[in-house]
Amino acid sequence: MSSGYAIELRHITKTFGSQVIANKDVTLSVRKGEILALLGENGSGKTTLMNMIAGIYYPDCGEIIIDEDAIEIRNPRDAFAHGIGMVHQHFKLVDVFTALENIALITDKDEKYDLKSIRKRAQAICEEYAFDLDLDQKVYEMSVSQKQTLEIVKVLIRNVNRLILDEPTAALTPQETEKLFSVMRRRRENGKSIIIITHKLHEVLAISDRVAILRKGEYIDTVDTATATESSLTDMMVGEKVTLDIARDEPVNPTKRLSIHNLSITNPEGIRVLNDVSFDAYGGEILGIAGISGNGQKELLEAIAGLQITEQGASIEYFPAEPEGHTEQLIGKTPREIRNLGVHLSFVPEDRLGMGLVGAMGMTDNMMLKSYNKGATPLADRRSPRQLAEEIKSELKIVTPSVSTPVSRLSGGNVQKVLVGREIAAAPSVLMTAYAVRGLDINTSYTIYNLLCEQKRKGVAIVYVGEDLDVLIDLCDRILVLCGGHCNGIVDARHTTKEEIGLLMTKLKEGAENE
Amino acid sequence: MDMLIAWLVRTIAFGTIIMYGALGETLTEKGGNLNLGVPGIMYLGGFSGFAGAYLYEISVANPNMVLAAVIALVCGISASMLGGLIYSFLTITLRANQNVTGLALSIFGKGVANFFGAYMLNGKIATQTNVYHVFHANIPALAKIPFIGPVLFGHGFMVYAAIILAILMNHFLKRTRAGLNLRAVGENTATADASGVNVMRYKYLATCIGAGISGLGGFCYVLDYNNGIWATTDQIEALGWLAVALVIFSTWKPLSAIWGSYLFGLLYWLYQFLPSILGLTVSSQFTDLVQMTPYVVTIVVLSITSIRKKRENQPPAALGLAYFREDR
Repeated sequence: MSSGYAIELRHITKTFGSQVIANKDVTLSVRKGEILALLGENGSGKTTLMNMIAGIYYPDCGEIIIDEDAIEIRNPRDAFAHGIGMVHQHFKLVDVFTALENIALITDKDEKYDLKSIRKRAQAICEEYAFDLDLDQKVYEMSVSQKQTLEIVKVLIRNVNRLILDEPTAALTPQETEKLFSVMRRRRENGKSIIIITHKLHEVLAISDRVAILRKGEYIDTVDTATATESSLTDMMVGEKVTLDIARDEPVNPTKRLSIHNLSITNPEGIRVLNDVSFDAYGGEILGIAGISGNGQKELLEAIAGLQITEQGASIEYFPAEPEGHTEQLIGKTPREIRNLGVHLSFVPEDRLGMGLVGAMGMTDNMMLKSYNKGATPLADRRSPRQLAEEIKSELKIVTPSVSTPVSRLSGGNVQKVLVGREIAAAPSVLMTAYAVRGLDINTSYTIYNLLCEQKRKGVAIVYVGEDLDVLIDLCDRILVLCGGHCNGIVDARHTTKEEIGLLMTKLKEGAENE
Repeated sequence: MDMLIAWLVRTIAFGTIIMYGALGETLTEKGGNLNLGVPGIMYLGGFSGFAGAYLYEISVANPNMVLAAVIALVCGISASMLGGLIYSFLTITLRANQNVTGLALSIFGKGVANFFGAYMLNGKIATQTNVYHVFHANIPALAKIPFIGPVLFGHGFMVYAAIILAILMNHFLKRTRAGLNLRAVGENTATADASGVNVMRYKYLATCIGAGISGLGGFCYVLDYNNGIWATTDQIEALGWLAVALVIFSTWKPLSAIWGSYLFGLLYWLYQFLPSILGLTVSSQFTDLVQMTPYVVTIVVLSITSIRKKRENQPPAALGLAYFREDR
């Protein structure tokens, strides 16, 4: 009896530590000779799930079935032995090696080490699929799309039957993407199976046979691509949520606080992460910023806070709340000067402690990080930070034995309250927060939302970068949607729908398309 | 002229010691492990080699010197590898901090050698094994050629073995699959792992074999350079740090370690030979200052390579980082 499945996953669960459940009881299967797209929001556990098939992670429970046998994949060697190869989202390349050496690294460990024959095989693959790859080029000299091409050649030379591609098109141009898709189609014709993770819905519809959807680590459903549409997939991806009730007031007397024109940023890897973004932010208003993670949100906030080098022609003007203050140009100012003007950034990174807080220090000391250079004497003033810490602790109901307990021992939600609380306590006139509720449970999220609303009532201009569309719609007054570093539209949060924002997130409007 | 010959002979013998130390450390660091325990490992290698030969000599009526040399080599290498194994277990399996572990191993090795060395010395200031004759053996016909004889052919086999080892290691790193895999582990451990390289095995083997080779440096110092004399000494530690400096100086290239080690030797002994060759008298304070030159040269090389930013001259990118596959 042939099941016709290339890979079956049954009841796979994976947790990190005691708190983070990356995958919960996931059961899905890939047929032989099909392209399965794996879809889900950021943090829905797609990459973790694929890493378990590739041998990077080991599942807590559940089984992986290949050719009707339950197998154990303890490491990437086992995965290769079962014909599984993966192109990882973050390049797995050795920078000081040439392309050829990187290819040689992945070839079968038992075969003879002969760079000449490996070169011939690599050249044959490049010719067959019309890849443009200089085998003697060092990886550190390569562009991102060359690196991506190299990654694809690497798995092709291993000739795997079960191929996993984790966001392979993120750095490719449309032409290169089309080339990759033709490679994938040819492999499908040869009866090989491919799983592809991508956030671009039109790609999902163009290339895949079926689509499997994950949400918050759980398997939702698998649908035939032929019957799916972009909006039906978005619905399944985002899912029904608890209806939020946030005390949102109409903005009272909004005054222009920030005016941003033609902001462009090119990151060190040479990718244009922000492209000619212009918008205004008003005091007494919450401006939401929506977009799939990595579409320029972080760079945008950092540029305003003075942490990014902007390209020529950009302008960030700041209009103080006080009537006697005069307009300031923020570009060219140091982060501290910008802070002193009252423009504050609280960015909650994925690991929470990575940016903004020092894990080994207590709440008091973390408060001091922002105030150590104040005060009249050379000795640091510890008393007022401690008072502030105590205030934040009682106001935000932070659960900690004392304000001197290292913050790394607090639960994630409490750490975040410390981070956001510290910025709010500084009485800013512009407050930017990114992913303020990342990883927080629903109750704590409410606390944070209502804190932001309270600040808005005080006339603070709030820029809120969020992942959850329902929240953005309920919390914000206006929502700016970023897509591929472009400002893809600013919508009125009171008169928009999730679908409208979802489309803006994934599909660049006509005329905004570049290269 | 005699002074110049003596200087060069001393240079080569001295350079060999740190060449072993540096070659072993290069292999270790290519696998991404920064073992600062080189001085301790050299103590272990030197002392164990001496102890093996010495105990064999005093317990047998007519000791066979070649056998004594073999025993010494086996003891010296295995003790050093054991030191490397302790380091590997702590840093690779338990993922302890590499710098702290290495420094602890340095102190541990020196302590062990001097503690058990005190038993060997048995109240004396120094004690000697005759096995050094084997390590000093050369081809007399060649060694008698004027000038080039003593300089090029007057040494024992360990000097030539070090050069051969450097060449072999270069070949291993550049031309073999295992070498490629090892370099990948040291450069980008996650990539090597995802490519199917057995990271743990490579790290353990590189660190333990590297320690074995480093230990030969201390071994050479005691049984060859120091004529088989064991005395409580601080010199090995200084040589160990010099070996670590040489790894940086050679920019992790075994072939550069060959000339680099001789250059270090030349500079190290500058204070004793240069003044007399030039016919100068210098105050004794000056010597310490001149002995510093190898370190100064290392700082200069570090500065130059850092300014030039050539990627090939940088340390392995994953050097000093513990690896855990499921890290997020």
